[in-house]
Amino acid sequence: MKNSIAERVLDFLIKYPPFNFLNTKDLFEISKEVSIIYMEKGDTLFERGDAAKSDFYVVRNGGVKLLHTMGDNTQDIINISDAGDVFGIRPLIAKENYKLTATANEESIVYAIPISVFTAVTKDNAGINKFLVTAFATNAYDPYTAEEAGKIFVDYLPNSTQDIVNFQTANYTKNPVTCAVDSTLKEAAIKMRDHKIGCIIVVNNLKNPLGIITNSDIKNKIATGLFPIDTPVTNIMVTPVITCKKGLTVADGQLQMIKHHIGHVCITKDGTVNTKLVGVLTHHDLLVSLGNSPTVIFKEIKRANRTKKLRSARLKANSLLKSYLEQNIPVGHIVKVIAQINDAVTIRAIEIALKKMPTNPPVKFCWIGLGSQGRKEQMLFTDQDNAIIFENVPVEKYEETQNYFLELAKLVTKSLNKIGFEYCEADMMASNPKWCLSLEQWKQQFDDWISKPDEKAILLASIFFDFSPIYGEESLSEALSDSIYEALEQSSLFFKFLARDAIKNPSPLGFFKQFAVEKSREQKDLFNIKNRCIMPLVDAARLLTLKNNTQGINNTSERFEKLALLDPNNKELYHSCSYAFKALSKFKTKQGILHNDSGKFIDIESLTKEEQLKLRRCLKPVHEIQEVLKIRFDLKNFI
Amino acid sequence: MGFLNWFSVKKKNYPEFWLAYLDTFKDQVNTDISNTRFIAFDTETTGFDYTEDRVLSIGAVSFINKKIDINQSLELYIKQDVFKAESVKIHGILKNSKVNKLTELEAIKAFLAYIKSDILIAHHANFDRNMINEMLLRHGLGRLKNKFIDTGALYNKSVHVIYRDEQRPHTLDELAKELNAPLVDRHTATGDALITALVFLKTLARLDKRKHLNWGYLMPK
Repeated sequence: MKNSIAERVLDFLIKYPPFNFLNTKDLFEISKEVSIIYMEKGDTLFERGDAAKSDFYVVRNGGVKLLHTMGDNTQDIINISDAGDVFGIRPLIAKENYKLTATANEESIVYAIPISVFTAVTKDNAGINKFLVTAFATNAYDPYTAEEAGKIFVDYLPNSTQDIVNFQTANYTKNPVTCAVDSTLKEAAIKMRDHKIGCIIVVNNLKNPLGIITNSDIKNKIATGLFPIDTPVTNIMVTPVITCKKGLTVADGQLQMIKHHIGHVCITKDGTVNTKLVGVLTHHDLLVSLGNSPTVIFKEIKRANRTKKLRSARLKANSLLKSYLEQNIPVGHIVKVIAQINDAVTIRAIEIALKKMPTNPPVKFCWIGLGSQGRKEQMLFTDQDNAIIFENVPVEKYEETQNYFLELAKLVTKSLNKIGFEYCEADMMASNPKWCLSLEQWKQQFDDWISKPDEKAILLASIFFDFSPIYGEESLSEALSDSIYEALEQSSLFFKFLARDAIKNPSPLGFFKQFAVEKSREQKDLFNIKNRCIMPLVDAARLLTLKNNTQGINNTSERFEKLALLDPNNKELYHSCSYAFKALSKFKTKQGILHNDSGKFIDIESLTKEEQLKLRRCLKPVHEIQEVLKIRFDLKNFI
Repeated sequence: MGFLNWFSVKKKNYPEFWLAYLDTFKDQVNTDISNTRFIAFDTETTGFDYTEDRVLSIGAVSFINKKIDINQSLELYIKQDVFKAESVKIHGILKNSKVNKLTELEAIKAFLAYIKSDILIAHHANFDRNMINEMLLRHGLGRLKNKFIDTGALYNKSVHVIYRDEQRPHTLDELAKELNAPLVDRHTATGDALITALVFLKTLARLDKRKHLNWGYLMPK
């Protein structure tokens, strides 16, 4: 019987070893028994420790990575198999369990070839046998047997992922500033001023550390009049110093400082006070390694010259966020810091991308953030929403100019994706020709949305009206904003549509003051905090700000604060909306960190009574503002 | 009397294989998506008219949980009196080619035995469903009872509402290109069936990004 698919499998396999050693008839026998496996990114084919399956694999499309699991359960990529690569054959022949884990590195199609059929057909084939022997001898495919793994990884020190940053070797200051044991305090202080440092190490003539003088010693012992400024350093230095060997980890350094209530550890040649001083580890150095300070993160972002470095800087912002929340720092402040970091990351990504472009931009442009980035309300990683406005160009230059910016946008969105901002599912990104336009085209686009509102326009408006400039020529973004407000003055229907959209999600509280939970199967009994509470507030704030012709404020809670000033009659409602928005964002972020997702759905039952009450208190303003919109935009007959 | 017994009499007249096919629906259980057998199929025909034109070949592949076994695929060629020279350049099936051709009835038997009560997937499924139903009708049988999924409609669901264009149907070539599915053996029934299967799996992966997929979503209302 004819078997077209087997024929096509054969056409593919015959190009690659070891199948190219087979004659067509034999290969066809094998091809008929092949299975085609579709793998989504992240799907696992086999895992370390699994018993050997009956098939081995050939990549047809995409790529499959083979991972070696280390002692501490981190994984190292051994190899990424591309089209035509064979893997997973050794365990089948050696009859042992899988030593590696095979996971799809991208969306892939894999052929699974039954080993029984393969060996039956190839048993007398010298070429194949040689291939298999070679595969064993060189370990080309499954390189790590158990014994070897032990040897290879015995010295392995993990140093890549964020979680193990504590066990990284601490970066200390090399060549620290020192002063001789016979200097006066004045001399030491001058040295400290000249080097702009906060501490100095007193060393003997062998350069062994004897003591340390810090700013606070000068404050406490000199400025108070306890000692004159020409007192010998030995009188006020703290001694002995705590010393450590080179290569101590961040965690060790921290332990030493906590144990001895100190902020500085001296690094000496052999770790004792009796050898030469080679460096100083300060509390600040540790903070830098742990990345718990925004200043440090900003510095790192500005210095990053590759996406990879940007990524590690942005990841530190996540641990910063976590510690901020734990310390109960006001949400308004947290959001501002994170928004600044996100903008800085985007700016740096654009700068790096611009360097990769063959020429400078043909005209001025402005990179704008949309949606939550535009509103500066992001805390956790979210999807990318961005666009480009470029200067108007003559018609004949338009395509060429747009292509330049599309090319640039592709580089930027790709690196933002690598940093951790997922591609926008709806493709609302500057790399989409629809959202990479000249100022004139953008004006036209907004005019269309405003003058002919329909459901699509409103959906888009909710994202595009919250734009803010992030990089480049801000006047372009301002010009667009002006033109939008002009167009808005002509259209009252548009506001009605927006208002209808803002109240489309029903009140978050049910009839008996129960939380209105989801009814669909997968999210059953979960409370959708984003759709039911956060979005209605965001939509209401946007609508009222647009209506009041208030430009330049994008952040939802700030918008409500502004509205409270403009409309004193509803002052209290606006204040409570602003408060509720912040509290809800914090709720969502905390849930997101807890469950490692967007935090959109909350299991009410899992909250404590107090948390439930807190959450419930936030729902009242949501309901009330929706009622206000209904009356103000006369929606009774419009819904 | 004849009228009262109309249903049962008619049923008794059905051939054994059709009753066996109907029987498979009796013990059908609702399993979850990852354990369900799906069948992607395609027909090559002499043209697009349900009554005038004939099915020349049926190709099908079956899969459970993203794994397509080639030795479980189906490839049927059918002897037909209707022959149109102009469609040969599309599907490449010659009137007197050497492939082993079945009669229409034999093909129906083989097809029904293959699909059983499982879920059928086709690109622009209505066309293939109608062609097969016409075939069944010519032999005095009922219509297909299986649930159908149309990859064209499913794909449209995966496109964000902003860019969705209900007016313009997507061709299989377009989808394969968009989803990066290897385009081999286009316009042979089995080749198209395989492409359809891959398009289905890839679309499903897109729709299921948030892992919330359920049957209600997958099945057309």
